[in-house]
Amino acid sequence: MSRNDNTDQVTVYTPDSSLRDPGQLIGEMFRDLWAGRELAWRLAVRDISAQYRQTALGLVWAFILPLANTAVWLFLNASGIVRMGETVLPYPVYVFTGTMLWAIFMEAANAPLQVTAAAKPMLAKINFPREALIVSGIYQTLFNAGIKIVLLLLAIMVLGVFPNWSLLLFPLAILSLLLAGTALGLLLTPVGMLYADIGKSFPLIMQFLMYLTPVVFAMPASGWAATLFQLNPLTPLILTARDWLTGMAPEYLGYFLGVNLATLALLFVMWIVFRAAMPILIERMSA
Amino acid sequence: MSNDTLVTVENVSKKFCRSLKRSLWYGMQDLGNELLGRRHGGNGGLRPDEFWAVNDVCFELKRGECLGLIGRNGAGKTTLLRMLNGLIKPDMGRIEMHGRVGALIALGAGFNPILTGRENIYVNAAVLGFTKEETDRKFDNIVEFSELSEFIDSPVQHYSSGMYVRLGFSIAANFNPNILLVDEALAVGDLAFAVRCLNRISELRKNGTAVIFVSHNELQVREAAQNCILLDHGHATRYESLDQAFLAYHALRSDTVLLDESDIGFVHDGPVRIRAICKKNTSDEILCSNETAMIELDCQTQMDCLNLGLELRFWTALGQLISVVKSSAYGVSFDLPKGESQIRVDIKTLALAPGRYRLAGGFRRDGEILGWSRDLAHINITPSQAQWSGEGILMLQAEFHGPFIS
Repeated sequence: MSRNDNTDQVTVYTPDSSLRDPGQLIGEMFRDLWAGRELAWRLAVRDISAQYRQTALGLVWAFILPLANTAVWLFLNASGIVRMGETVLPYPVYVFTGTMLWAIFMEAANAPLQVTAAAKPMLAKINFPREALIVSGIYQTLFNAGIKIVLLLLAIMVLGVFPNWSLLLFPLAILSLLLAGTALGLLLTPVGMLYADIGKSFPLIMQFLMYLTPVVFAMPASGWAATLFQLNPLTPLILTARDWLTGMAPEYLGYFLGVNLATLALLFVMWIVFRAAMPILIERMSA
Repeated sequence: MSNDTLVTVENVSKKFCRSLKRSLWYGMQDLGNELLGRRHGGNGGLRPDEFWAVNDVCFELKRGECLGLIGRNGAGKTTLLRMLNGLIKPDMGRIEMHGRVGALIALGAGFNPILTGRENIYVNAAVLGFTKEETDRKFDNIVEFSELSEFIDSPVQHYSSGMYVRLGFSIAANFNPNILLVDEALAVGDLAFAVRCLNRISELRKNGTAVIFVSHNELQVREAAQNCILLDHGHATRYESLDQAFLAYHALRSDTVLLDESDIGFVHDGPVRIRAICKKNTSDEILCSNETAMIELDCQTQMDCLNLGLELRFWTALGQLISVVKSSAYGVSFDLPKGESQIRVDIKTLALAPGRYRLAGGFRRDGEILGWSRDLAHINITPSQAQWSGEGILMLQAEFHGPFIS
């Protein structure tokens, strides 16, 4: 009989809330995050290869939506149906960078609920580090973001805008978009797993948020809209990313840093919530 | 505490909700309570529409033991396993698990149908907690065990359900857990594969793995387990002997499922209607093994039926055919006049083991069925005999010869 096993590693399950012992909870969170790194990678590779294997257009799907969006706004602007206001950058560059960056944020926000919902059968039957799901979602968003960024760089250079040294900071801005998106997505996931209403209203909310962020519109110069745009925590994220990409001086650097700190805090809190919610959600999803 | 006890379950209960809308709302409440640091399951009371799916279950499992978990559908077996696996929280009680837990619960969960078997092995192994290096090392064993080497590079969506499960089991079985939970895993594979799985399970057990084995297949449980827990409506009873457990289990199910009393009686199609009783003698005493059984058939026909062959089929409560008696083999055929008539069949030394059996049968003429009942009669054999060993479906009468010391 082999004794060199890990039977002294004890797991106890009780009805007590996992928040009862924060120290243990946080320890377990980071241990599982580490334990799930390989799995996260595997799941991401699985989903990415499966996603593109069954399409004829392949990688084009990673950027076709923002591309179409850009075309629509360019048309609206050129035909004079909608007046966008003055932008320092040429409008096509402004709107293309805006929609691409927004698409990255939206995908990041969509990922937690989407991966968790897709993994329902697995969650209901196998015990694996749940963190791996979220990380795999981030990997997938990163992969798609990479394709978008390559295209974005080519496009702005064709349009005559050349990035400078600040491009080196651009990945940082992408990372904050990703983390902010993930935090928002995690916020929606627990309730979204129970009620389909969340998933259904998600595109609506995102559409609305987009119009409050300088994605296709320039920052309004005055009025209540200007205040709303300035308060919107997504504004500094999008603007800073765009500024760093196109080699302009970022205007909202202070707010950008503040939003990032808040994002990290929110992300951590939502991680705890997600973790605590999992057994309860699993119980309901297959009852 | 002894290091040999790997699983300790103390007074564990779990409630479920019958209504979906309510269930979702309770989920929201539980979520709120959890985040406020309150205990799951509240004060132990039931909210409207809730019931106890698992009710006050206690047991322990030691290293190298295999515990069978039996019970009808919905008795709480899977819920209990899911709590043991940490998927859902108990509403009351406490579960302690020592060491690495492997679960053969959903074989192939996490497979992506578009990817090949090879790719899915890596994904599934990662889900179960293997690193890439471990999987590389075990890859050949996994493929060999699954016997799917020629299909390993085709997408698993082209696999049959049996192949799917074979690949899933092969991955999971190459994981060496301290505690193994098996839930109906072998139901899909073919017989040869099931035998190999059982062998693998007993191999793990000899190496000190504690196994909990859920199955509806009596033979598999008898093969794998040493003792048994019978779950009924969330209540657990532990039996040290498998026979007692299965007797109790059959007593639960035979009355309600397979041997439905209301099915007994006249068959509703064909010109001949039949009904039968099976008894020891005219005074209705209960049958014992190896006695003569008297089967009386009441027949009712709408016209004169000539040259009928009688066929009687003896089934176990589990649906296993034991014996078929045909009057034609004895050169006997019946002529039933229009109206009612009686037939008696005596079975000399009915060698059935104690238990409950089902008698089906009817009349045929040249192969054509002229009246049939799936439930002609139920046969109860009392377990009061000293020679009964407690196992098997037949009770053969033996005489012993040889040198004795008495």
